[in-house]
Amino acid sequence: MSEELFKQMAQAVIDGDPDQAQALAQQSLDTGVDPLEAINRGYTAGMDVVGELYSSGEYFLPDLILGGEAMKAALAVLEPALKAGGRQRKVLGTIVLGTVKGDIHEIGKALVGSMLSANGFQVYDLGIDIEADEFAARAREHSADIVALSALLTTTMLHQRDVIEHLVEAGLRDRVKVMVGGSPVTQAWADQIGADGYAEDAAGAVTVAKRLMGI
Amino acid sequence: MIRPKLEFLSRETINRVIDEAYELLWDPGVRVHYDEALRLLADAGATVDTATRVAKIPRALAEKAVDTAPSSFYLYNLDGQPTVHYGGDDVHYDPGSAAIEIADYNANQSRTPVTADCENFVRLAEMLPQIDALATSIVCGDVPQNMADWYRLYLLLLYGRKPIVTGTFAIESFAIMHELLVASAGSAAAVAAKPRAVFDVCPSPPLLWSDITCANLIDAARTGVPAELVSMPLMGATGPATVIGSAVQHAAECLSGLTIHQLAKPGSPIVWGGSPASFDMRTGTTPMGAIATMMLDCTYAQIGKAIKPGGLPTHAYLGMSDTKIVDAQTGLETASGAILGALAGVNMMSGAGMMDFESCFSLEKLAIDAEIVGMAKRLVRGVDDSEEPLALEVMRQVGHEGNFLKNKHTRRHFRQEDYIPTEVIDRDFRQNWFDKGALDTNARAHRKVQELIAAYELPAIPEGVVRDLKAIAVRHAKAAGLNDLPKLTVRPV
Repeated sequence: MSEELFKQMAQAVIDGDPDQAQALAQQSLDTGVDPLEAINRGYTAGMDVVGELYSSGEYFLPDLILGGEAMKAALAVLEPALKAGGRQRKVLGTIVLGTVKGDIHEIGKALVGSMLSANGFQVYDLGIDIEADEFAARAREHSADIVALSALLTTTMLHQRDVIEHLVEAGLRDRVKVMVGGSPVTQAWADQIGADGYAEDAAGAVTVAKRLMGI
Repeated sequence: MIRPKLEFLSRETINRVIDEAYELLWDPGVRVHYDEALRLLADAGATVDTATRVAKIPRALAEKAVDTAPSSFYLYNLDGQPTVHYGGDDVHYDPGSAAIEIADYNANQSRTPVTADCENFVRLAEMLPQIDALATSIVCGDVPQNMADWYRLYLLLLYGRKPIVTGTFAIESFAIMHELLVASAGSAAAVAAKPRAVFDVCPSPPLLWSDITCANLIDAARTGVPAELVSMPLMGATGPATVIGSAVQHAAECLSGLTIHQLAKPGSPIVWGGSPASFDMRTGTTPMGAIATMMLDCTYAQIGKAIKPGGLPTHAYLGMSDTKIVDAQTGLETASGAILGALAGVNMMSGAGMMDFESCFSLEKLAIDAEIVGMAKRLVRGVDDSEEPLALEVMRQVGHEGNFLKNKHTRRHFRQEDYIPTEVIDRDFRQNWFDKGALDTNARAHRKVQELIAAYELPAIPEGVVRDLKAIAVRHAKAAGLNDLPKLTVRPV
């Protein structure tokens, strides 16, 4: 019976249907299915299919992102139950992500977040216009492995450096890797401000994040 | 929803063109180098001078032909499905026809194509979903010239599923090609009921009908195989220098062809088509990529659509370039023609893959042109305004959050709203583009060509049919002086 449920969970992710994904998650809890099994054999399996379809060119960004949203909706139900049992799901790493102070650009950062989630990272998307100390506080709160900073403007790009300085001040810099991105950002800029990684696009961000995690 | 449409002429001007065309049919008339056609015309009331072979066609006679010619018909694929609709403003694309050269990517020069090139051509054209029909595009240099026309059709029938745009180089070839079509379809009745192929017939400008063209026209009518008139005034050389003047000549040539054709068999399908061109007054070449060439094509198509209620099916040689290699000019000229023709509602546009004044075929160009065709077809679907409300609902759902990517509205629409190209079209980030080899358009297309040719699968054709096709080919090849047909690599028969 669980097998059928896992299949439906995977399908909800493949279909990009957050409502259905969430309903199935609740149903699995109600019927006593192991939440870790539900995540791994249901939703993650679905996300793998989405990733394959994206790689083969059949799926596009909206499919990928809605798949991620479906996954997220299910995790919102299942993770509290996992934690209550003193367990957690296996992730490649924990990433705190946001667009830096003064910059209200959402889409590039959201794409990077979706791509990282789809590839097995735990992503905390703080949103846009995020203060430097907020990044540091949330990195500490979530024991982040990576802080990922987005900026779309040459003017706001400068705040990526501020965040790194705040991480140093907070005593987190040796535990947390920093990756930067955004249209004006270059490898040279990343080097200049002492960031650990830079990528040109969302798919590249996954490669960089994996490298930073030593994977 | 409005279908975007390009029209050059007012109704009044169209009437002037048609009136002048009818007048040309009477004075000076048309010169016809084929006795049977002259007889058909004379019997129906045309005034024929047997010494000069000039037929003066009364307007009423030509009008009757326009009247009996059907406004639309379908071409069918191997499985008998109607996949090409000649009629209305529906647009389709097929590769250009009869290249005597092929651009050899690896050698970086053109050469005479051989059977293997034609095999690769069919495999590629079959694998490009944007291309609606095959064409007998490659004239193989490894068989005698006197069998080169039907041999192309033979290869297409062995390898292809799509409908076919073809034509002959000789009077006798029509019967051979019809025989091949009958072997493929099962019977002559099946060939007429669900035609797979349309035959191009080309009057000679100005107002001349050769024996081969007349014979093909009459044979096509009587066998129920659709014919496609390919009238080709060259502006300022073999036709008037003006677009409108050459449109008059084009109309007169098509009307005389229609008359002969419909006299042979009223109601047989026929296409108002052409391959006219501007004339380059510096070099004497016939530029298919000239803007006036494209304007003339679109203009005559509009006339064909207006000549009777419901119009006549239309065709043009559009989507070609005059370059010798695939470069920026190739894309510029091809896209201009393909898009203008789509806006004009030309039912069949022949030209994809073709360069160098319709003489050189490039498989890479065909792969690139498929993307152009994809875009052109998207263009004429217009802007869909059927959703109610247009945007209020999704805008309010997303609010100021700024991410439409994760809204279901996006997922529902994005695949239809824009044409999504393959990687032949570069839309990579710069670093990715570098990492993938920093390839230019032609190189990306070449990679695609190799990929698609490798992925091609033979259509399921009954063994008996393959045997019959081969038997016909062997017999006629012997008659043409060739004892052994070239070896086929993909379907050894």
